[in-house]
Amino acid sequence: MEALRKRFLGKEYEPFTVEVEKGRIAQFARSIGEGNPIYFDTEAATKAGYRAIPAPLTFPYSVTMDAGQSFNVLEDMGVDKNRAVHGEQGFTYHHDICAGDTITGQQKIVDIYDKKSGAMIFIVTETRLSNQHDELAANLHSVIVVRNT
Amino acid sequence: MTEEKDYADIGIGASVPTLSRGPISRTQLALFAGASGDHNPIHLDDEQARAGGLDGVIVHGMLMMAILGQMLSGWVSQARIKKFSSRFAAMSVPGDTIICSGIVVDKREEGGEKLADVEIKAENQKGDALLKGMATVIIG
Repeated sequence: MEALRKRFLGKEYEPFTVEVEKGRIAQFARSIGEGNPIYFDTEAATKAGYRAIPAPLTFPYSVTMDAGQSFNVLEDMGVDKNRAVHGEQGFTYHHDICAGDTITGQQKIVDIYDKKSGAMIFIVTETRLSNQHDELAANLHSVIVVRNT
Repeated sequence: MTEEKDYADIGIGASVPTLSRGPISRTQLALFAGASGDHNPIHLDDEQARAGGLDGVIVHGMLMMAILGQMLSGWVSQARIKKFSSRFAAMSVPGDTIICSGIVVDKREEGGEKLADVEIKAENQKGDALLKGMATVIIG
C-alpha cells in the first residue's frame, strides 16, 4: 500500500482536449430520456439564458471517457480493470459547458487508501476541466474501488 | 436564468419532486453506450458480463446518475446546481425502474449566495438503494 502511495499519489496525467459538439449533446440527452428543448435547440437554450446548448449535468464524465481517462490510471497502476468498479462520482460546476466549447482537462491522483487490510483499494482522482477561455468549467471527483482478493 | 420560481423560501425538509424512469431496456443501454462513450461490454453483452462474474448485463452507473441529475435539473435550472455527487450503492439490471428523490437537509450562505444542500437518492422498484448522493443548489 505504501509503495503504491509513494509511486502514484499526486501523479498528474497528460492534459487532453475534447471538442463539445451539439449533435453529441443531443444524442446524449436523448439516450438518458431527457426531453427539455434546451439540450436540442440553440434558440431554446439561449432563451433560457445559456450561451449555447448546455451539456447535461453528467456529460463532463463523457468528456473524460472520450479522452480515455477512465482506464489510463488503472493501466498505469497495473490494475486489472475487471476488478475495478466505479465507487463514487462527483461534479463541482464553475462555468457552464456548452456546445462549441473546447475543453481541456487533466487528471490527478489525489488519494489512495485501502480497507479490510488491503482487500479493497480505493483510488481517488480529480479531473479539472477548463474551457477555451481558460476558465475552470468543472471539477470531477472519481473514486475507483479495486477488489484485491 | 429565465426561470421565475422563487426558491428562497425552500425550507429544510422540503422534498424535490420525484422522477421515475423505466423500465430500463437493453436498447437504452446500447444507446447510452454510444452516446456516453462507455462501451464496456458488461452493459451490452450477457456472455461477457457473465465472464466477469455477473448474472448478465447491468445498467451503466452513469446512466442512473444521469437520471438522478435530471431530477435536479427538472427542479431548478441546471445553472443553479453547484455540486452533484453520488455513491454507486448497488447494481441495476434491465427491466428496473429508477426512482429518484431528494430532500433539503441544510440551508446556508456562502460567498453571497444562498445555498441549499440536498440529500438525493435513486432506488429500484423493489426499494433497493442504487445511488446515494448530495447536491448543492443556489436558491437565492
